[in-house]
Amino acid sequence: MLPRSLRHACALACLFVWTCTQIGPVFAADAERPSPLRSGIEFTSADVRSLQDDDFQNPGMLWVTRGEELWRVAAGKSGKSCADCHQRAETSMKGVAARYPVYDAAAGDVVNLEGRINLCRTHRQAAKPLVYESENMLALTTYVAHQSRGARVEGAVPTELRASFERGRERYRKRIGQMDLACTHCHQQNWGRTLLAQTISQGHGNAYPAYRLEWQSLGSLQRRLRACYFGVRAEMPPYQSPELLDLEVYLAWRGRGLTIETPGVRR
Amino acid sequence: MVARVQVPGNAKRGEIIDIRIAIQHKMETGFRFDLFGKPIPKNVVNEVVCRYNGAEIFRAELGSGIAANPYMQFSTIAEASGEIVFDWVDDAGERGTERASITVSA
Ligand code: HEC
Ligand code: HEC
Repeated sequence: MLPRSLRHACALACLFVWTCTQIGPVFAADAERPSPLRSGIEFTSADVRSLQDDDFQNPGMLWVTRGEELWRVAAGKSGKSCADCHQRAETSMKGVAARYPVYDAAAGDVVNLEGRINLCRTHRQAAKPLVYESENMLALTTYVAHQSRGARVEGAVPTELRASFERGRERYRKRIGQMDLACTHCHQQNWGRTLLAQTISQGHGNAYPAYRLEWQSLGSLQRRLRACYFGVRAEMPPYQSPELLDLEVYLAWRGRGLTIETPGVRR
Repeated sequence: MVARVQVPGNAKRGEIIDIRIAIQHKMETGFRFDLFGKPIPKNVVNEVVCRYNGAEIFRAELGSGIAANPYMQFSTIAEASGEIVFDWVDDAGERGTERASITVSA
């Protein structure tokens, strides 16, 4: 029998190894997260904040209203609406957005909320998938994500998501575009500083889909990410490309614990 | 066209009440061009009318200078129970309507 202290050490070592295999990359990368964690809304001006806080003035609520209508509209050969299977979104969709993106075994791939909605369209409703960033896709996604408002981003990285997480993490540090900047240069190393007329936030996804005054419209997280690519004059990856999905996975982990604001309002 | 109207459900007669409306609309200014350089025709909600039990209490004429998804707020005096109805039309002739009811007690 091993001396007591050695047994103790062995147990600790085993626990350590076990912990590493469970949350390995997460554990290793923990120092990469901004601290203290702050939502993008904290970096906006008072008028933007009051617009987001007023459920009537918040223009994103128009998409919530539209989504609520679509929820009850039958689509495709199934003749079924979202509500026919999921009943009240207030209960069935509560907290769902906080868990996305997920790994979907059937699809064999990473699926974000938009992707999940389209899987239901094609597989459950036998309907045509909605075009990414179309008004109806935005409305349904916003309506579903809104049911998680106030919930905390979970950002878990189960084993099946790990490869995607690592790619996203790498991508976050890769210099891109004519400006030769990586995400991390702005959102990790320089958050809180001013860039032209804007304060750089920590770059979290907890408000999306969000209404941007610059767009005069609501847009998805991927639209915002593409805008950052455009900002550094890099080629924009297409919607639902592996590159953007991997970044979404990394961002969820990076911002875990933040409160979901959908529909957020941003400049 | 989606819209949201907010009216207090209950009020006392003579009370000043706030009425709010938000309309989902691109409010295309007419000053923009598409990817091929063709001008995008102006299309804005050009008129919004509000009636309280049939009587007009508010009218707005909007133009190119108004941001997308216009939001308006005004106040009126609660007189009688009934309906507050908004009607609007855009340059393409598309019409919208949205209503809310109010109960007024003495
Ligand atoms: C040159 C600096 C710069 C770079 C590089 C950059 N961004 Fe941004 N990003 C901004 C600015 C400015 C905004 C708008 C203000 C804000 O919220 O930070 C923004 C906004 C965001 C937001 C929305 C935050 C919110 O709360 O609305 C996310 C998410 C984001 N960026 C992610 C990324 C990712 C991922 C990358 C790398 C692909 C990246 N950004 C690269 C400057 C940058
Ligand atoms: C015929 C029934 C059916 C219809 C119609 C349907 N769904 Fe689903 N949906 C399911 C089932 C079953 C699941 C869970 C299993 C799966 O697909 O992986 C699901 C899962 C989901 C999820 C993920 C929930 C989670 O916990 O991860 C979302 C979001 C969703 N559906 C949204 C929608 C929307 C939006 C519509 C309408 C456009 C819709 N669904 C229509 C059956 C349906």
